[in-house]
Amino acid sequence: MLAFVLRRVSSAVLVMFSISVLVFLIFFATPGVDPAARIAGRSATPQIIAQVRHAFGLDRALPIRYGIMMDHLFFKQDLSSYVNIGAKVVPQILQAAPITISLVLGASVLWLLVGIAGGIVAAANRGKFIDPLIMFLGIAAISVPAYWLGEVVNLITQGGLHHSIFSWVPSSGYVSIFQNPFEWGLHLLFPWLTLASLYAGIYARVLRAELVNALNEDYVRTARAKGLSERRILIRHAFRCSLISIVSLFGLDFGALIGGAALLTEVVFGLPGVGLLTYSSLQNLDLPVIMGCVMYGAFFVVLANAVVDIGYAFLDPRVRVA
Amino acid sequence: MAGLGVLIFIVTICLLAPIYAHNIAHTNPFASNIQGSTFINGKRVMLLQQNTQGLGFGVTPIGPTWNFSHYFLGADDQGRDVFARLLYGGRSSLLIGTASALLCCIVASILGLIAGYFGGPIDWLLSRVFDIIWAFPIYLLAISLSVVLLTSGLNIGPLHIGAGSLFLPILIIAAVFIPYVARPLRGLTMSLREREFIQAAIGSGSSDLRILWKEILPNAAPSVIVFFPLMVAFNMLTESALSFLSIGVQPPAASWGTIINDGLGLLYTRPWVALAPGIMIAITAVSLNILGDGARDAFDPKAKLRGSI
Repeated sequence: MLAFVLRRVSSAVLVMFSISVLVFLIFFATPGVDPAARIAGRSATPQIIAQVRHAFGLDRALPIRYGIMMDHLFFKQDLSSYVNIGAKVVPQILQAAPITISLVLGASVLWLLVGIAGGIVAAANRGKFIDPLIMFLGIAAISVPAYWLGEVVNLITQGGLHHSIFSWVPSSGYVSIFQNPFEWGLHLLFPWLTLASLYAGIYARVLRAELVNALNEDYVRTARAKGLSERRILIRHAFRCSLISIVSLFGLDFGALIGGAALLTEVVFGLPGVGLLTYSSLQNLDLPVIMGCVMYGAFFVVLANAVVDIGYAFLDPRVRVA
Repeated sequence: MAGLGVLIFIVTICLLAPIYAHNIAHTNPFASNIQGSTFINGKRVMLLQQNTQGLGFGVTPIGPTWNFSHYFLGADDQGRDVFARLLYGGRSSLLIGTASALLCCIVASILGLIAGYFGGPIDWLLSRVFDIIWAFPIYLLAISLSVVLLTSGLNIGPLHIGAGSLFLPILIIAAVFIPYVARPLRGLTMSLREREFIQAAIGSGSSDLRILWKEILPNAAPSVIVFFPLMVAFNMLTESALSFLSIGVQPPAASWGTIINDGLGLLYTRPWVALAPGIMIAITAVSLNILGDGARDAFDPKAKLRGSI
């Protein structure tokens, strides 16, 4: 197990390094316009451009420039915006991170619960009306844009019905869990539901397929021959085996979510997380902030994936060898 | 089949967008029309009306008339016909989704086949590149590429793509999805290469190019074709998300994502501006997914690619 953890962590570090090089090349070495002008923003004076050129060592060789950028981002942490002059990037990201993490963690708990329940119900009722219904909802869930669903939710809870049924829904925004845990949950409730609904359908679909496969296995026949109840076979035997593929899928989706749907959900619900920070810096093309968000976001995803993989190896010893 | 029918209907009405705009609605959906007016029940109505409620600041565009001859879904905050823009937006969204899926599948097939067939250092290099792009969250990579290319356009030697061109989102979306197609294809090619008929072709002295084209491609193609509708749906959703973040399709051009973004500020007063394009995206993506599932069951029951995405 220890050897596996070490191998997985070292490969994560290697991937992080490659991603940082890729981001660096995208922002500093794309053919076209002068990177200094790009970083300084749309309305930059020649002085600011000269300042940028000096701060990022743009007259030096590429590997040195890479080192300078990494230094600004991770060691000195003094990368600052040229649009909102003086605003430091890294503290902004660190301040926004807990909000994004609250959003994603809460949503992932919800979607695992709902998805697993849906998959088991569909597999237990295969061939009946409820099974194709759950399967169709799964397709519908991936087909709806996350941010649009959020807007519809806003329209329902904050629009005309806000004065009657949904008067308990707070206006969009965020309250820290340390300040008031109840308000924290209340403000995040609909963002969680929106995000979770996107993935719950997929998990139900995948789990149903796995369960139906598992129910054709020999060990299930043995269990039936022993006289176990159908429910016990489904939960204690088939489900436990199917859980492995759900965990590995979860690793991939967790990452995709942080870098994707969560970003858009934050924008729609006005949650000041990393996603909203990215969105507002995209609106005024504030490149240092975008670069910081992308880099920290990607690193977090790589780390999260490594953690999930280690959890996977913990569940399934066969993975440790491969 | 229902999926295919709905899809053909949506593509057709989007292709007819210019005819609708010029001959039925008599409007230019790309020019702002702040001072414009239209007739409802014989009365002349300004497209943008001064707010009378609340503090009375700003303007509210007219809502849906539910009449196809003018402003079926109302106007947006620049007085443009939302329904006409919806049809034009569909053209961009469908074009970007399809073109980027096509480009992605072609490039990924070439790279995947080469990596799987030749092996060795070429395979090592390509596989490492796929690994990095794979590990990079899709949206973050697309955001980085878009924001850099949007400020300057793409200039490589004689090739010049302007910053507002639809080719940029097509290229970016195709690029970020390449490993998702190329990696499984590489594995497929590697296993095909060990089969007797390929060994026989190598033994009979066929050239590598001939073997790839005549023997491996026909065996790998069904997996790609089956995957294609799902790819189009995925790419369309990615495009709409990028456009919503204002780094996809650039104004004055429209796509379903940009119209949702336009509607964000009008959500509580004129919800149809944002609702309609979202419904269109959802219907199109559902029919593509159903089509993809049907195609998979028909051609490729073992589904080599579906499990990867």
